[in-house]
Amino acid sequence: MTTVGNSKPGILSVTNARKLNPAPIRRKAAPRLRYALTVGLFLLPSALPLLFFTIVPMVSAFWISLNQWNLVGPMKWVGLDNYARLVTDPGTQGAFLHTVYYIVGYLPLVYSGGLAIALALNTRIKGRSMLRGLYFLPVVTSWIVVALVWRWLLNPSTGIVNWLLGLIGIAGPGWWTDPAWSMPAIILASAWKDLGFVMVILLAGLQAIPEELYEAATVDGAGPWRRLFSITLPMLSPSTFFVIVLSLINGFQVFDQVYAMTGGGPNNSSQVVVQQIYDLTFRYGKAGEASALSWLLFLFILVITLIQVRGQKKWVNYA
Amino acid sequence: MRKFPRLIALNILVVVGAAVMVFPFLWALVTSISPGAGLSATPQLVPENPSLSAYAELLQRLPFVQIVLNSLILAVLTTVFQLATSSLAAYVFSRMPFKGRNAVFAVYLATMMVPLQVLVVPLFVEMKSLGLINTYLGVLLPGIASAFGVFLLRQAMNSVPTDLDQAATLDGAGHFRIFGLIVLPLVRPALATLTVFAFLNSWNSFLWPLIILRTPGMKTLPVALAGLQGQYTTQWDIVMAGSVVSVLPMLALYIFTQKYIIQGVAGTGLK
Repeated sequence: MTTVGNSKPGILSVTNARKLNPAPIRRKAAPRLRYALTVGLFLLPSALPLLFFTIVPMVSAFWISLNQWNLVGPMKWVGLDNYARLVTDPGTQGAFLHTVYYIVGYLPLVYSGGLAIALALNTRIKGRSMLRGLYFLPVVTSWIVVALVWRWLLNPSTGIVNWLLGLIGIAGPGWWTDPAWSMPAIILASAWKDLGFVMVILLAGLQAIPEELYEAATVDGAGPWRRLFSITLPMLSPSTFFVIVLSLINGFQVFDQVYAMTGGGPNNSSQVVVQQIYDLTFRYGKAGEASALSWLLFLFILVITLIQVRGQKKWVNYA
Repeated sequence: MRKFPRLIALNILVVVGAAVMVFPFLWALVTSISPGAGLSATPQLVPENPSLSAYAELLQRLPFVQIVLNSLILAVLTTVFQLATSSLAAYVFSRMPFKGRNAVFAVYLATMMVPLQVLVVPLFVEMKSLGLINTYLGVLLPGIASAFGVFLLRQAMNSVPTDLDQAATLDGAGHFRIFGLIVLPLVRPALATLTVFAFLNSWNSFLWPLIILRTPGMKTLPVALAGLQGQYTTQWDIVMAGSVVSVLPMLALYIFTQKYIIQGVAGTGLK
């Protein structure tokens, strides 16, 4: 019974097959070959592109990273030199630091904002689904549009944000023209764009918390804050975990908004890792170093993600 | 009695928040019809001389219709290919067991974790050796299969009971017919979710088209837009007009498919 999935096709009785899920369905004539051909025919249209446009490039990126290469001339084998150089290169270190700065600023902002709105929308508020749709709108908007619009909002001299700040007597900063404010500008725009995404994930988590828990806690005399910290947040931890893992994966790959808002400037103050990869390849013709940096970034993200998956037992509650 | 002020506070929070979400879009629209916006330090909240001149100029200086068409055709093709390749593969992973299937599926899932940035250099080289730099095919090819799509549709197909397949088999239907006539129609909601995701991803994609396309007339909307701001550093009305034009088709799609998008996203967080 258990080996039925790979045994001779065509001899299965329907009653046996029905117990299996997923059930194998076989035909009578030349069944094995025909079956294998069908499987191949169904799989190849996706397997070939994934092989040639993901797996092969992945491997060749590693090969390129062991060479010195300007994309045009011949390759020169340098072993692990590219990696060694990157680790000590101040530009790369700066890019890593700026990326970490981005994540440290972005994650608390987008999480607390998303949580506040999710909590508010999880009540019997009027127009809930329309509001949810509004909050989600920036998520589906292209990063380039968002970056351009925010560059305009945060224009130091003629932008409306600084004008509004001026109304309440605050001299607005130079935002993307000021090395000290370029990263906060990017963080602000990013949190605005992703807030709706975080909100939808958390709202789905909130809706899965059984109402009885709150009723029981209220009977026991727990106030709203107590209920938030003792019921909502612990019960929400799987969703929170998902948001954090995803934000870190995406955060280390931050690029589109940086490219369009600051291009890494001014004065390299917002240069992030992927922008560095792009510049190394297409501005400085250092494809080997760029590939090495790509691999370092990939491994770094992998390790960070694995650490989180390991560490989740300590704080994530799966009901 | 104490509940009342809290409800008001919640309402205020949500409404103010929604205003913050919508305002940048509105402001882009207002700016796009205010000629000379960006020259004065006092913003005009209501444009004094509204005009569509920025849109006219945009059309004149850029092959804008062509660029919108480029983006549209690429997005439609990507979506069609992803739907076809993903649903076929998902059917195998859901309905056609073979030795090593789990391993193959694991490889599919693993490709989801490779960031595009790692692939950029070798993909560029690959496309160069295939002579596909500065071609639409070069933009399209890496996106015709989606491991995410396979995963999404497999989940949906697994939740379709196999009783119907059995009945069809007894009637002599093969896998092709079961796939096309029974399973596919039953996973329509998941197909809709994938359609929207594939379309939006392609419509909004930036890094890859930026790298592969060179001729200005061949560029996609996001790439052309990013180029706009370099050309017109202070002409914000033109830059915003470009932004508005690129948001509109996305907005139209979003209004009708919001349900599938939000369901799809909410669902991914629960697994």
